[in-house]
Amino acid sequence: MPPVCWKFIKLHENLAPWVPVVGLEIHAQITSNSKLFSGSQVQFAAPPNSLVSFFDASLPGTLPVLNRRCVEAAVMTGLALNCTINKKSLFDRKHYFYADLPAGYQITQQRVPIAVNGSLSYSLCIDNKMSQMVTKTVRIKQIQLEQDSGKSLHDDARSQTLVDLNRAGVGLMEVVMEPDMCCGEEAAAAVRELQLILQTLGSSQAIMAEGQLRVDANVSVHHPGEPYGVRTEVKNINSIRFLTKAVDYEIQRQIKELENGGTVVNETRAFDSKLGCTVPMRDKEGKQDYRFMPEPNLPPLILYDAKSLPANVNHQQVVNIDWIHERLPDLPSVKRAKLVELYGILPEHSFTLVNEDGLMEFFEDVVKRTQMKPKKVIGWILSDLLSHLKQHSLTANESPISSFLLADLLNLLENGDISSSAAKQVFEELWKGEGKTPLEIVKEKQLELIQDQEELEQICQAVIDEREKEVMAIKEGNKKVINKLIGLVRKATRGRANPLLVKQILEKKLSE
Amino acid sequence: MTPRNRFRWRVMRVLALCRWLRGGTVRALRLGAAAASSAPPSQVRQRLGPCRAVPCRAVPCHAIRGGNGLSSPVCALLQDSVTVEVLDHLERLALVDFRDAEGVERLREAVRFAERLREVNTEGIEPLDSVLEDRCLYLREDDVTEGNCTAELLKNAREKVEEYFVAPPGNIPLPELEERDTFLKGS
Repeated sequence: MPPVCWKFIKLHENLAPWVPVVGLEIHAQITSNSKLFSGSQVQFAAPPNSLVSFFDASLPGTLPVLNRRCVEAAVMTGLALNCTINKKSLFDRKHYFYADLPAGYQITQQRVPIAVNGSLSYSLCIDNKMSQMVTKTVRIKQIQLEQDSGKSLHDDARSQTLVDLNRAGVGLMEVVMEPDMCCGEEAAAAVRELQLILQTLGSSQAIMAEGQLRVDANVSVHHPGEPYGVRTEVKNINSIRFLTKAVDYEIQRQIKELENGGTVVNETRAFDSKLGCTVPMRDKEGKQDYRFMPEPNLPPLILYDAKSLPANVNHQQVVNIDWIHERLPDLPSVKRAKLVELYGILPEHSFTLVNEDGLMEFFEDVVKRTQMKPKKVIGWILSDLLSHLKQHSLTANESPISSFLLADLLNLLENGDISSSAAKQVFEELWKGEGKTPLEIVKEKQLELIQDQEELEQICQAVIDEREKEVMAIKEGNKKVINKLIGLVRKATRGRANPLLVKQILEKKLSE
Repeated sequence: MTPRNRFRWRVMRVLALCRWLRGGTVRALRLGAAAASSAPPSQVRQRLGPCRAVPCRAVPCHAIRGGNGLSSPVCALLQDSVTVEVLDHLERLALVDFRDAEGVERLREAVRFAERLREVNTEGIEPLDSVLEDRCLYLREDDVTEGNCTAELLKNAREKVEEYFVAPPGNIPLPELEERDTFLKGS
């Protein structure tokens, strides 16, 4: 039984708890030069029907020829997800009619796919705080190679559909996950982790906005101890944020429906991002019978490992699983562990570093160039830099403050040339991207720390003389009021006083 | 080649042809190039009647029917299994048109023919689903070698709009049995 999701227990405390069950079917477009079974190019946004060969258009007399790169990509992904790679896998035909599927069938791997029985570990924070992270696992049922269909543009005005076959025949990896998840947040975290893995491997760029990663969610609810409820399929989810919303909405909708005495129909629903809800999809003719049959034009796909590799073989015709395994790059989970070990940062921090595009490299760059300890650097990266990047929707590579500049700034701070509040001011200036170095800005705005002890003492004395009431309170024993005086000194010096030194001076003066 | 060998070679060819025809049932029912013709699916339904590749034509029916070859419960099952619902389902799924009693009888013959396979004990034997299973699956290098023939592809399209193929809006499902003009209604 899947773990009961705390979120939904809390929401329905007074009633019998509902156990939502979420399973995902993910289609990832393989990054390759040419398509799965033909030699036409794979490219986003090209003139309509310009990247289509006779096979893709399903003209009679054409035959499929398997692309080796696609097989390698699927094997890499299977290994990264701890799957068993089937040394012999078979291709099948899945029949259905649609204008963007010219052959009337899709070549897929239904009976014996290329990889089975894997797992994907992902982390998510409880309670929306980055303080506590839990690691969960979702089982991967199988990974299979299949063809993509073309694209349909619906022209409702003229009651017609325009078909572009550029995408028809592009290689896809379908990753089928078991229904081990219980809410939108878990589904989103799992998909995000899969996205990171695919991008690290290079087997897919997995950009959801360009349709390179498509997610369909299967959602159902049931009471604990009872059999699984009827599930619905949710399609048309175009981003990870929408995935969370769509899954949570569907869970709520089903709960409401069942609590009102209704039933859940086994149907396909589309997520409407504008309305934030799921609507039944038209044009679905009940349960489809796909009439699966073996693909007669393709022999079984045989993969080898170091033991089974035959001698005197043409290396171009052979895919060696062990060879691929040796060359797998560091997966995100390994990268995170290395960051924690190397720099002594918290796991939650390493999670954010790996999660945000280019942030890990930025952080490592800064650490190399500055004397400041990584544990302090991470604070600047995650709170100051990242919040600014998010506000302006930029990635770390697009940051107006380069890693050099930030390292310079942090060095000034570390050397005691400026205070931390001054450093924040310099940061804001640097963000404007006017090409000035931190040192130039400090000189310009006169933000250097006052090193002259006498000057500091004079300012402190002035504040003490002004604020009789506070001085009285401190002398009477209310020590906390001294912070107010420190603040006033800081204001008077425009952030140029070292707060520790100021506190020392004030305490000395007040005890006289 | 000696006359004897030539004869043997011809016999082997005929046997191979029969084997191919038997294996080619589903290929025969496949629709081709819907995109190229751009015609709505309902107009592309194939006649099952005098189609050349239907297996029973290649092997004389009396040779396989063989009166006592099948036990009567199996026979009854056959008569029951090819019902109007099944035929309607097939017409909807594959867009074939059984057209007349002869077409339906051909299907029954084909099912009867295939049912004989059940008499063989296949326990513990892995099914053969392709005669290509011993062949090597050729792996192609990931190079761009095709494409860029938009004009040629669109040559066959009945309708086009700015280099897109034109299709009806969504699938037009086959009308229900009552509303169709089909011979199945009578049976």
